[in-house]
Amino acid sequence: MTSPTWNNPVVKWIEYRLPVFSFTQDHLIDYPTPKNLNYWWNFGSLAGITLTIMIVTGIVLAMHYTPHVDYAFESVERIMRDVNYGWLIRYVHMNGGSMFFAVVYIHIFRGLYYGSYKAPREMLWIIGIIILLTMMATAFLGYVLPWGQMSFWAATVITNMFSAFPLIGEPIVTWLWGGFSVDNPTLNRFFSLHYLLPFVIFALVFLHLWALHVHHSNNPLGIDTKGPQDTIPFHPYYTIKDLFGLGVFMLVFLGFVFFAPNFFVEPDNYIKANPMQTPTHIVPEWYLTPFYAILRAITFDIWFIPAKLIGVIAMFGSVLILVLVPWLDTSKVRSARYRPIYKQVYWFFLIDCIVLGWVGFNSPDAMFMGAVSFLRIGQVATAYYFLHLLVVLPVLGKLERPRSPPESISAAVTKDSDTVTEAA
Amino acid sequence: MGKFVLGAVLALTLGAGTAFAEVPKPAAQAWSFNGVFGTFDRAALRRGLQVYTEVCAACHSLSLVYYRHLQSVGFSEEEIKTLAREFEVEDGPNDDGEMFTRPAKPTDPFASPFPNAQAARAANAGALPPDLSVMTKARKGGEDYLHAVLVGYRDEVPAGVEVMEGLFFNEYFSGQQIAMPPPLADGAVEYADGTKATVQQMSMDVVTFLAWAAEPTLEDRKRLGIKTLLFLLVLTAMLYALKRKIWSDVH
Repeated sequence: MTSPTWNNPVVKWIEYRLPVFSFTQDHLIDYPTPKNLNYWWNFGSLAGITLTIMIVTGIVLAMHYTPHVDYAFESVERIMRDVNYGWLIRYVHMNGGSMFFAVVYIHIFRGLYYGSYKAPREMLWIIGIIILLTMMATAFLGYVLPWGQMSFWAATVITNMFSAFPLIGEPIVTWLWGGFSVDNPTLNRFFSLHYLLPFVIFALVFLHLWALHVHHSNNPLGIDTKGPQDTIPFHPYYTIKDLFGLGVFMLVFLGFVFFAPNFFVEPDNYIKANPMQTPTHIVPEWYLTPFYAILRAITFDIWFIPAKLIGVIAMFGSVLILVLVPWLDTSKVRSARYRPIYKQVYWFFLIDCIVLGWVGFNSPDAMFMGAVSFLRIGQVATAYYFLHLLVVLPVLGKLERPRSPPESISAAVTKDSDTVTEAA
Repeated sequence: MGKFVLGAVLALTLGAGTAFAEVPKPAAQAWSFNGVFGTFDRAALRRGLQVYTEVCAACHSLSLVYYRHLQSVGFSEEEIKTLAREFEVEDGPNDDGEMFTRPAKPTDPFASPFPNAQAARAANAGALPPDLSVMTKARKGGEDYLHAVLVGYRDEVPAGVEVMEGLFFNEYFSGQQIAMPPPLADGAVEYADGTKATVQQMSMDVVTFLAWAAEPTLEDRKRLGIKTLLFLLVLTAMLYALKRKIWSDVH
């Protein structure tokens, strides 16, 4: 791609020393993008925009928030009542967390459907999973800051997970807490880290985009672009498509902010933290419930390894294992469109993850329709989660007979439009 | 310690489903602030403030709400001053290093009935009356639940239910045994606007007031929300049209 030459002397002076203008031209304007991306490809840019919204609202909130056990809860309410538009900034940040995860989960499942993690995009995928992990840590830390009952008890339960590790467990927990229970030092460091991690995510997103721009976007056909006939410049085609998607997304996002701002919140978090009183039902936010369900699914010791430790390993493992997906999936065909069996197990896996999320909301002892305990459902769903990734993906790649994808994107597109014309 | 806490937490979450008798779901009420265009009924707010001040405030604090906040729902500066003056708050230290009490000012938070949690427990047979500032957001079921509890006391306890000493049977309270004595009785307050002070009426009024106390920016939020979403709707439609136009040469 040849960049235009600039005549403005200031631009030329800067460009010679730091080529920001040709960089923008190459990566945001001319950047060749497959012409057949569907709306599922909007969620990457939406995730980036949501991250920015979270950072901006977060910085403003930090100006008014007090990270102290005696004042944190009150300072959040002060933001809601006395800070100009504080309620708006806080509700955007609060619901933004849920929106961010929703967008990122859709983004990940889009990648799983169209095989976006396959060669040569493995690094892109791995960085994505690291972003997800960092997001989870950030969300958890942030959830503790309002110092409500759920904040406090989530902090207690999650930090206590580390005590499952033999010998080093208890010292790690004390070290994380900065004391012998979740208390003011814990809140202070959580605030500090919650402010830090989004910038780490920002840096990771930069790497994610860098890796993306090396081999460019995958596409619904899962085939490589063969030349300029297969691509269109990013601007104006995808800038306008992303902007339209952003409009739809903001309608949903702000719909929650303005008309159901506490939809995702547990009422218990509007009760100030009380270390002497455990809530009857401790649940994380919806976006972490699938992992919570996996943690609680393991109720049996294996040999000398206690159930709790296996639960913790299974929970962390359920995220970390995603790093291996590019190698666990042995099929050479990327897009599920041309993989008749994968296309079906994919939906099964998606449903399995939703079931895990639903189980995580319920107490394990509770019965579903009076017939089967949530614990049992969670165990089956956890087993299938790992079965899908560790067995189904590798075996399917060997056994399945994929249909052959079209020769090229432009060939497929012309064929499609031919059919449309005929039909018309 | 760590293991103990996790164990306790798991045990509690495990036990939660079975520990209590079935509590009926509170009926949905037609609140004035429901819906996209809902606003707080100003008359109900005034009556609700009266119920809070004359009944609830004997035990429950409202410490996150300031008298001056009432201005946003139509109370005049004079009214607020007069209201605040009725309460004594501690201030100080003065130049002699002494704490002193003075009448509350509009810039003070609602005066608390007890100086601290211990005093509150001591005066209430060991039970702590919770602060009501965000109560409607702090309970599952919100306003409907609060109303259901306020009118949910029953003189006749169902067969098989043993109400513990010092507790009261309440159909809607979790566990159905509540330490708060029935707070409302017909005619407990005399409304200035002549409305008949039935338990039902007072409950609806005070819950409206508490809904405002928990979410005083609700009206601003909805007003701005309607404008923002309408704007976004038009903008998004235009972006869609533009997208169609720009992409028309691709397929």
